[in-house]
Amino acid sequence: MNGLKNPRVIGTLVVLLLLALTPVVFGNENYIMRVVTVGLCSAIAVYGMNIILGFTGQLSLAQGGFFGIGAYAVGLLTTDYDWSFWSAFAAAVVGTAVIGYLSGLIALRTKDEYFAIFTMAIGFIIYLTISRWESVTHAHSGVNNVKFPEGGGILDFSTPTAMFYLVFVVLLVTVYITFAIRRSSVGRTLLTIRTSEDLADAIGVSVGMSKQLAFAASAVLGGVGGAFYATVVGFIGPDAASVDKTFEFLMFILVGGMGTVAGPLVGSMIVTYLFEFFQDFQAYRFIVLGPIIIALVIFAPRGIVGYLGGFVDKRNRKKRVEAARSEANSKSSAPHDTTDASASTHAERTK
Amino acid sequence: MTLFIQQLFNGFALGGVYCLAAIGLTLVFGVLRIPNLAHGSLYMLGAYVTYFFLTTVGVPYVAAIGIAALVLFCLGILLERLVFRPLQNSPHTHHMIAAIGAMFFFQAVAQAIWGADFRRMETPISGSLHILGAEISAQRIVIIVTAVVVLALLTWFIKRSIHGQTIEATEQDRTGAALVGINPSMVAMLTLGLSALLVTIAAGLVAPINLLSPTMGDSLNLKVFAIIILGGLGSLPGAIVGSFVLAIAETMTSTYISSAVGEVIAFVVLVAVLAIKPTGLFSKAVQR
Amino acid sequence: MMLLEIHGLGKRFGGLDAVKDVDLDVEAGQITAVIGPNGAGKSTLFNLVHGFYRPTSGTVTFNGRNITQSSPHSTVADGIARTFQTTHLFDDTTLLENVLAGRIVRSKSNVFDAIFHTPRHRRETKINHDTALEALEFCGVSEYRNDLASNVPQEVQKRTAVAMALATEPELILLDEPAGGIPEEETTDFGNLIRSLPKRGVSVLLVEHKMSMIMDLADKILVLDHGQKLAIGTPEEIQSNPDVIRAYLGSAKDEEN
Repeated sequence: MNGLKNPRVIGTLVVLLLLALTPVVFGNENYIMRVVTVGLCSAIAVYGMNIILGFTGQLSLAQGGFFGIGAYAVGLLTTDYDWSFWSAFAAAVVGTAVIGYLSGLIALRTKDEYFAIFTMAIGFIIYLTISRWESVTHAHSGVNNVKFPEGGGILDFSTPTAMFYLVFVVLLVTVYITFAIRRSSVGRTLLTIRTSEDLADAIGVSVGMSKQLAFAASAVLGGVGGAFYATVVGFIGPDAASVDKTFEFLMFILVGGMGTVAGPLVGSMIVTYLFEFFQDFQAYRFIVLGPIIIALVIFAPRGIVGYLGGFVDKRNRKKRVEAARSEANSKSSAPHDTTDASASTHAERTK
Repeated sequence: MTLFIQQLFNGFALGGVYCLAAIGLTLVFGVLRIPNLAHGSLYMLGAYVTYFFLTTVGVPYVAAIGIAALVLFCLGILLERLVFRPLQNSPHTHHMIAAIGAMFFFQAVAQAIWGADFRRMETPISGSLHILGAEISAQRIVIIVTAVVVLALLTWFIKRSIHGQTIEATEQDRTGAALVGINPSMVAMLTLGLSALLVTIAAGLVAPINLLSPTMGDSLNLKVFAIIILGGLGSLPGAIVGSFVLAIAETMTSTYISSAVGEVIAFVVLVAVLAIKPTGLFSKAVQR
Repeated sequence: MMLLEIHGLGKRFGGLDAVKDVDLDVEAGQITAVIGPNGAGKSTLFNLVHGFYRPTSGTVTFNGRNITQSSPHSTVADGIARTFQTTHLFDDTTLLENVLAGRIVRSKSNVFDAIFHTPRHRRETKINHDTALEALEFCGVSEYRNDLASNVPQEVQKRTAVAMALATEPELILLDEPAGGIPEEETTDFGNLIRSLPKRGVSVLLVEHKMSMIMDLADKILVLDHGQKLAIGTPEEIQSNPDVIRAYLGSAKDEEN
């Protein structure tokens, strides 16, 4: 419809297009390709976080755990049990959906800091299970030689470029789903909960149910990200499920912009680059990144995309407000009916 | 039976440590309405600073804990002033994210200074006592005694001293406290400082038993959160009871079932409590 | 048939009766008011009817259905909307977006409709948009539809809150001090808005402090004191009831001056 005139949509498309060209530029640099593809996997999980934190306003600290479940489902099933990647992938999706839904049963009853601490405990239980249940997960020796996705004889996903495009397509679908949710009454429901649970309740929103579904959806996206992470990297250890992973995701979403469509992607790419930049300092990187996180929430809580979007909104709204006013003046005594309403809708769209 | 008594004392000692850590955290929540996710990293820093003064500088054990507690007290004040104060009008998620940033920063700093390897802190307190046939290490007795003394002092401080009373007043009714002329910013700084001080005492006491590492605060962090949720966020008696209940549950399951179960028991309890009562067991009824 | 029947309703908070043994019938097409001094339990009564609180005794029946144990979101779905004493709006969005939020309860399309952009989703988007605009227009604030809720005057916010409640297509609307905080000279206009609601098929139950407004608007008045019924009747009956004059009207006159 009018989507292509929206600067936000254009911006998102430009970012995606640039990203799609990565293999053209770096196709022969395996290391860079791998770093970018891992960044895309994280971005998928961050989109999951966006649904629960960005849209619904609940800080979930279990995302690293769900990422780990996805990674280990694929890692263990394709090696120890010799499943194909795609059936293991399906198992990862179903597994995270079920665990997300079940923990959501409790999560939906809690809110605010209780929700955050509850999810942190869920994440930690997942991590402890993976790092201690040696007979199944191999604990700290990790899982080696995770299978590549099967291409059905047509595509070969063992090359970095093919793998990149596979994850990229999954990411595209994720971005589109986020976009669709954001614009529908489902998105409106979640945003209502974010602003005020009491008011949401008062206008008939089923707060608990919506939170539970949002949580389950975020868990599934976490699992999907983790599943692809396992196959991209080929080797996974308990770190894939650690609480640190959650905090990494948190930083991605914070830099990009919570509750925006393009934010998780932009944030993931920028922070992935930053992490690489601080590669030599490894563990010390948080001496710089820790204060950056704090400065961001204090001074720039809306993130890069949030600020750009806010700027665009402000300009657009000014125009529309003026239009609505002048329209009201020109027909101050006109009786209202539905044609009037649709006419003004039309007027608004053509702006 | 001997084993049981032995483990009971171990449980009490662990409970004392949890208690010192949990009280500060629950006070901070009561006064600032912030779940300070960086609390565990303050514990870790407290242990390292104690270690530094004891081993590197070479002051006596008790003095090392005292100096470290003061250092962390100041750090707590800084944390409130620089991180939480600017966020006091932000959505609650922002505090938690900022606290996480602080946590990572503290861990990275500790790792930069002392390295990622485990360190052992020698205790000057050696020997053990025999109680009902069980052998209890003197360090554990010291922990229990110190915890009781510090708790008594803290209760006295809150009930009797002006500063303490302002903290209690602010915890109970923030608007009311502001109306009677209590400076909420001062109280907030004091409370965070106090929580860092208490958790440092806990760290200094337990450091000789456990090993030091930059991530030593992570699991304590979650356990202490489990405790204060169990006891009701902001409730002092709840935190004390919760600490000992959880500590004894942990030592007993580790002894009689397995250490892995002991490790997760805190989180299982937490999840179970939230499933039954989403706002904690002893929390006051909140009117909407 | 009565639209809303409240029977023997009570709520205790920690041993204190906030509301005790209240009976009230709300007739369809009428404006029913609840008055009483501060702390008389008016807001508690609203919260009980709407499902924010669970009553400790008594029943609430709406359209013949027992809704005593319903949660707020299902009472809204059943057809009871409400506004709050202090204006509750989503501050960082436009008035139109606010009123659209009131459409959520009537929306049937789900995530998959949104993702695949189904005809149902398109149809519903259009209906929601039109209904929301109509509600804004009815409440006389459509010209502000693209303003942020935090940027418009108090009166516009109050009207928008009513529009948001109307967007849920209620049969009964609970208004908690709708004219509170509105300048005196604009209360007449606001009263007219309330009076026009029954013509739209929306019955009204309201709590209000401004006595002149109540006496002018209400078909029936319930007077609460310390959580209990003091009197019930037409405005004329209430005005001449000696108990009411003693307990409430005297002090209310002081308040108003």
